[in-house]
Amino acid sequence: MIPVSYYFALSAILFTLGALGVLIRKNAIIIFMSVELMLNAANLLFVAFARTYEALDGQIYVFFVIAVAAAEVAVGLALIVAIYRSKQSIDIDELSSMKG
Amino acid sequence: MLAAMISSIEEVGGFFTSVPLIVFLPLAGLLLNIILGAIFKDRWGERASSGIAIAAVLGAFVVSVLQWLSLQGHHEGVTVMFKEWIQIGDLDIPWEFRVDTLSVTMMLVVSGVGTLIHIYAAGYMHYDVRYKEDPASYRRFFIYLNLFIAMMMVLVSGNSYLMLFVGWEGVGLCSFLLIGFWYSRNPDASTGIGNSFAAKKAFVANRVGDFGFLIAMFLTFWATGTLSFADVFEHVDAIAPGIVLAITLFMLLGVTGKSAQLPLYVWLPDAMAGPTPVSALIHAATMVTAGVYLVARSAPLFAAVPEAQTAVALVGGITALFAATIAVAQSDIKKVLAYSTISQLGFMVAAVGMGAFVAGMFHLVTHAFFKALLFLGSGAVILALERAHHPLEEDGHEHDHHDDHGQAAEHHFDPQDMRIMGGLRKQIPTTYWVYLVGAVALAGLPPLAGFFSKDEILADALHANPLVYALLTAAAFLTAFYMGRQVLLVFFGQARSEAAAHAVESPRVMTIPLMVLAGLSIFGGALNLPGLHGLTHWLEYTLGHEFAHATEFNITVALTSTLLALAAIYLAWLLYGRQPATDAKAQDPLQARLGGLWRAMQNKWWVDEIYEALIIQPYRRLAAFFAETVDWRFWHDWVHDSLTGRGFRGLARFLANPVDQGVIDGIANGLASGTVGLSKVFSFFQTGFVRNYALMVFLGVVAMLGYLVFFA
Repeated sequence: MIPVSYYFALSAILFTLGALGVLIRKNAIIIFMSVELMLNAANLLFVAFARTYEALDGQIYVFFVIAVAAAEVAVGLALIVAIYRSKQSIDIDELSSMKG
Repeated sequence: MLAAMISSIEEVGGFFTSVPLIVFLPLAGLLLNIILGAIFKDRWGERASSGIAIAAVLGAFVVSVLQWLSLQGHHEGVTVMFKEWIQIGDLDIPWEFRVDTLSVTMMLVVSGVGTLIHIYAAGYMHYDVRYKEDPASYRRFFIYLNLFIAMMMVLVSGNSYLMLFVGWEGVGLCSFLLIGFWYSRNPDASTGIGNSFAAKKAFVANRVGDFGFLIAMFLTFWATGTLSFADVFEHVDAIAPGIVLAITLFMLLGVTGKSAQLPLYVWLPDAMAGPTPVSALIHAATMVTAGVYLVARSAPLFAAVPEAQTAVALVGGITALFAATIAVAQSDIKKVLAYSTISQLGFMVAAVGMGAFVAGMFHLVTHAFFKALLFLGSGAVILALERAHHPLEEDGHEHDHHDDHGQAAEHHFDPQDMRIMGGLRKQIPTTYWVYLVGAVALAGLPPLAGFFSKDEILADALHANPLVYALLTAAAFLTAFYMGRQVLLVFFGQARSEAAAHAVESPRVMTIPLMVLAGLSIFGGALNLPGLHGLTHWLEYTLGHEFAHATEFNITVALTSTLLALAAIYLAWLLYGRQPATDAKAQDPLQARLGGLWRAMQNKWWVDEIYEALIIQPYRRLAAFFAETVDWRFWHDWVHDSLTGRGFRGLARFLANPVDQGVIDGIANGLASGTVGLSKVFSFFQTGFVRNYALMVFLGVVAMLGYLVFFA
């Protein structure tokens, strides 16, 4: 059986990739995908620990996260469409009119 | 003692309750004259004005007689409560009328002589207003005259020192108004000073005296807690003698002002600038005797301190002689009478000062008769000359030939100058006879009124104070001399001017009051004949036996004074009657014989000049010093301009520049610029780039997690 530390390492790598993607990339869709990556890194840890400790709480949380992520995708994609309509681009740095 | 003698008004009948009318009838008269005169204007003639005024005073006289009748059954007198007046804490001063034998005596004199003078004035002022070319003043004259009677009645009928003071000030005001009656006549050649100036002089001199009276009242209230006569007299024994002495001496100062005694007499001679009926009524018969009445009324106070009595007697005696010497050398007919009045008031003041209250009051009454007569007579003489000199239209046709007087002669014509008179007994016989009666009464020859009253004073003086007796006897000698001189100069010899040669007798409205007064001057002595002592017993009910003892008739005194008076008249005849002057410019025969003394007497011992130099000039200099140095230079220039003004401007500048601009504006501006700077710092973080915000959130989460993992 694969020790939990492996899952932990993979989840950390995935989360770091996701976080760097959010911070570095300018394309809204890529950022969106990076966010999904971070969510799923967390999901991976939840199910890994759930199996290790044989508790169902973690798996239930994962379902919640998937449901929230689905809702988030719906709202997020709608936002991106709206952004594109106004700016003819989805470059996130274009949206800097709130600069003080 | 006195309070117990006074019955309350409920217990007695009579006409006592009508006593307020003595004040309110003259007041009604003057109000009617004011109101009706304003309504009817020119149709309100002289007969209406004088008629109402005479009726009002006559009414007051009738009410006074009713009081006299009522007193016959109640000699102890009553007080009639009229109105609550002042009630402050312990101070309770109602307006009460005091009807007793003393006040009724004064009421009868004031309203009786007042009525006669009102009647006379109705005729006299008819001419006077025309000579002064202001006929509209006729009504004004009678309004003032009625106001005077009302105020004099308040004075004599008041039951407290304060009510007496109200009247005292009221008659002072009327005196001022009437001396300055012809206020636009300025300066008046006949009196030497302008009328309005004379009025102010009288007012100011009286203020000095009133100050003394006020202090006396304050002291009285402080010592006794009351001002009502009876209550004050009850407390006399309880007051420290020093306080009583102070009260009486301050009262004496008031007396010297109102009754024209040394050293405040100077206003009375100048008061002759007023119309002659005023001189008779106010400045001879009634107002100036208020001081004598005050001392008589305050008999228990004065009797408690012999020192004050001596002071009063000496003031009176010295004044009597001093004024008599001045009267000898005057050439103005009214000035002689004015100084004579001061001298006679000196007799009265000396009498009440010696404790001879009845003798003083007796002389007050008889003097009111013959001095009113003499003043009114002099008015008739003046008018006789004036009418001969400038005939009015109504009697002009008789004297057309006088109109050719040159302008220069008119300019110097002074109808009061005795030097231009002479021989008037043929032209104006009625005036001559009544004047002669008055003069003989004043000179003190028996059996006229002046003889009895003056000899009573002299007899008391011989008892009480030989020095005062000597002063008064010398004054009596001079009195007979100057009256002899005056009668000889005015009525005997030959006319020394055109006007005197054609003098016109006065109308009957003037001569009838003169005849009545002459009758009173002849028979007035009957009031207090030696042996009968009518007035003594009458006043004894009020003053009490100790202050109203009958004086023994002293035959030596009477003989001495009568012989002296006859000698003085003979001397006057030697000088003025044997070889009368024929020219108005002739030197007075005494001038050569007396030399410097004559000049001193003629110039009134330079008292006015001494007062001018000692008091008025230093006072003016003091006023100028206060005005220029203290007020202008110190107060205005230094305190206001330099100190306050510059200091305030400096303070304002300090508040405007460093405080307002620096501190207050600094706080406001600093707040603003601080906010701006802070905003700039914060807006640096507000980049607008979503990824920056995300980095912040990320770093924040890392920091929080780091804290939780490593430090919590």
